[in-house]
Amino acid sequence: MLRSLKWRFILYAAITVFAILLLLPTVTSQLPLWFMKVIPTDKIHLGLDLQGGMHLILEVEAEKAIESYVERIKNNLKDDLRDRGIPAGKVEREKRDQIVLEISGEKGKWEKLLSERYSIMQELSSSEMGGGIWKVSLVLDSRQADHIKKNAIDQALETIRNRIDQFGVSEPEITLQGTDRILIQLPGIRDPQRAINLIGRTALLEFKLLDEEGDLEAALKGNIPEGDIILYQRSVDPKTGGVKKIPYLLKEKTLMTGEVLKDARVALDSQFHEPYVALEFDDVGAKLFEQITGANVKKRLAIILDDNVYSAPVIQERIAGGRAQITGRFDTKEASDLAIVLRAGALPAPVKIIEERTVGPSLGEDSIRKGIISTLISAAFIVLFMIFYYRLSGLIADVALILNVVLTLAALALFRATLTLPGIAGLVLSIGMAVDANVLIHERIKEELRLGKTIRSAIDQGYHRAFSAIIDSNLTTLIAGILLYQFGTGPVRGFAVTLSIGILANIFTAVYITRWIFDFWSLKMKVKTLSI
Amino acid sequence: MELIRPGTHFDFIGIKKITLIVSTVVILVCLGSILFHGGLKYGVDFAGGLLIQIKFSKPVSISEVRGALDVMGSKEAMVQAFGGENEFLIRIEKASEDLEEMSTKIQASLQSQFKDKPLEIRRAEVVGPKVGKDLKRKALWAVGLSLVAILIYVAIRFHEISYGLGGIISLFHDVIVVYGAISITGIEYSLNVMAVVLTIVGFSINDTIVIFDRVRENIKKMRKENLETIFNVSINETLGRTILTNGTVMVVVLVLFFFGGPVIHDFATALVVGMITGTYSTVYIASPVVLAWEKYVSKGRKRSR
Repeated sequence: MLRSLKWRFILYAAITVFAILLLLPTVTSQLPLWFMKVIPTDKIHLGLDLQGGMHLILEVEAEKAIESYVERIKNNLKDDLRDRGIPAGKVEREKRDQIVLEISGEKGKWEKLLSERYSIMQELSSSEMGGGIWKVSLVLDSRQADHIKKNAIDQALETIRNRIDQFGVSEPEITLQGTDRILIQLPGIRDPQRAINLIGRTALLEFKLLDEEGDLEAALKGNIPEGDIILYQRSVDPKTGGVKKIPYLLKEKTLMTGEVLKDARVALDSQFHEPYVALEFDDVGAKLFEQITGANVKKRLAIILDDNVYSAPVIQERIAGGRAQITGRFDTKEASDLAIVLRAGALPAPVKIIEERTVGPSLGEDSIRKGIISTLISAAFIVLFMIFYYRLSGLIADVALILNVVLTLAALALFRATLTLPGIAGLVLSIGMAVDANVLIHERIKEELRLGKTIRSAIDQGYHRAFSAIIDSNLTTLIAGILLYQFGTGPVRGFAVTLSIGILANIFTAVYITRWIFDFWSLKMKVKTLSI
Repeated sequence: MELIRPGTHFDFIGIKKITLIVSTVVILVCLGSILFHGGLKYGVDFAGGLLIQIKFSKPVSISEVRGALDVMGSKEAMVQAFGGENEFLIRIEKASEDLEEMSTKIQASLQSQFKDKPLEIRRAEVVGPKVGKDLKRKALWAVGLSLVAILIYVAIRFHEISYGLGGIISLFHDVIVVYGAISITGIEYSLNVMAVVLTIVGFSINDTIVIFDRVRENIKKMRKENLETIFNVSINETLGRTILTNGTVMVVVLVLFFFGGPVIHDFATALVVGMITGTYSTVYIASPVVLAWEKYVSKGRKRSR
């Protein structure tokens, strides 16, 4: 027994010291470099409800990516059919992933075209409608569809990461959740609305020509000419704050998109010092832009972002060199954010915010303060009470309790688990439960002493008999804790984590540590009566 | 120090007929309240909706806030005082797809309407309908699974299905009472409260097991006595521990209640109720169940374990 006393001490002391070392980074930031390399941890990670910040869950509408993909194929097909002189009555996209054509002419000719260049669309049905006209339905190959969806999600993740990187948040966390959800955590963010705007915009940049011959008035009444659409420009009067929507009649075909952007920067107008966004195209884009401007001099080109017309300047001359400007009534922040999203690229599919939890920094600080106060008051009460009721043995229990807290916090730091406000409550609760284990043991020891057993024997029996009850009751609470972790999210998980770790630490400290102290006391100190 | 003099003997089990009536009434009241209110008051977490906690730097009355919301046409918003002075909670419970825009609009509108009494957005939450449903489902699973897991664990450890049953029925009782309490006091059933329910499950069974463990031991020692007496003796023997532990945890929970801040407040309330019923159910639900089972079901079986 004496020998094991020494070995056990060494083991427990080592664990305790290790735990304290793990906690040092949380308490102080002035640690020597070599220390940081040896002990693999940083401060305890605080949840958003304690540090303040924003938690977002986005859902990527990957289905829309398929829609746009099929839409593009449809447009290509239309052009191809026209180029080859194959007469086609109707070429439409139907549902999300189908194209329906009414086609006539040599069957072999269009069959060859479809199988050679459009094998990605599988033939769903084809029927002769009479008069040499065939109705053909094509559907996108499902494997390709899945591929597109997955790509869309990956790309969305990447794009959002880019945008957030440029926004400048410290320690952002952006991860994929499930198959189509993106989790974003931005700790310490001060302007959550701006972040939401930045993240949620699709940011699709398009260039379309104005239909200058068409009748805007008639179109507004419902008579939209074939191949045209109406889009609006949102104009905010800086003096009154009133919003006007100015309609534009545009040719639907998109001549160029933001895909070809190389760079976008905020610049100041030399005349009025108003901010604008300067665009720079890559080589492909520059050439394309040259073609478009060359072919449409004196016509108006609309610059559209997410179906909103930003401006529609007149093309004065063919523009080589691949530069353009987006002007509008921006303030610097708006221009800067626009530049960010253009640089990072458009989202391949729209995203929808399905969950947001934002905590302002002041609430966070408040919560930390209240959490610490609660913990200290509870701990103080329990420590004093234990001494009062169990005298010196109570002091032993107190040592165990304090060690319990230290070990729990150290485990949090080691596993990079997050401490949340409910987590602090969990910590406080596990302190309460730790009392239970100690009480069980002490009451048992008292009983044995009352029955007349010797001190050594009483301690032995006390622990022995209390053990099963302690294990059973702690394990059942642990089961609840683990299930809570599995099924909970965010702050609730924090609670489950601290409660569960607290329970495990509890079993260790209440049973093993206090046992050692009792052993040491009764063996080495040769006591006649136990102060319990 | 001795809180309970050794050898005290209260006849706890003796009054079990009375407590059975009391328990039945309590359960009926709780279930009644829940049915009356049409289910639990699911918070934004589960029903979907938005929540904005604002704090004004100058005195503002709740009717001013309500007025401001009316002005911007938000009819479904509920406002309540929350937390400190001039601090309010605005809630809309709605399953809708554009909650995020609503939240942004409300925040912007309030900021501009109260330009001279600057307000701070302390906290904002938006939970879409799909997410809410997800969480609801998960919460039910969590509670359900814990009950099952614990039933199995207890049955295994105590070798008799009756103990497992006693434990489970007492847990059901506790869960119903806690839900009843939040239904009656109008506390929102949020994720935090669900955490409480699971904690209570853990605590209550904790308590029950300590007693059962003692019974298990005493059965071996007191072969001549009948089971009812053994239960009584066991409860009395562990009385000191029960009072001490539950007392200390109760104090801890009360500290949380008073000092933990408004978010923890609801949490602590549910915990207080849960703790009381947890202790009560051990003596007056779990034990009678075991006794009844042993008496009526295992009739004629020797209690020789």
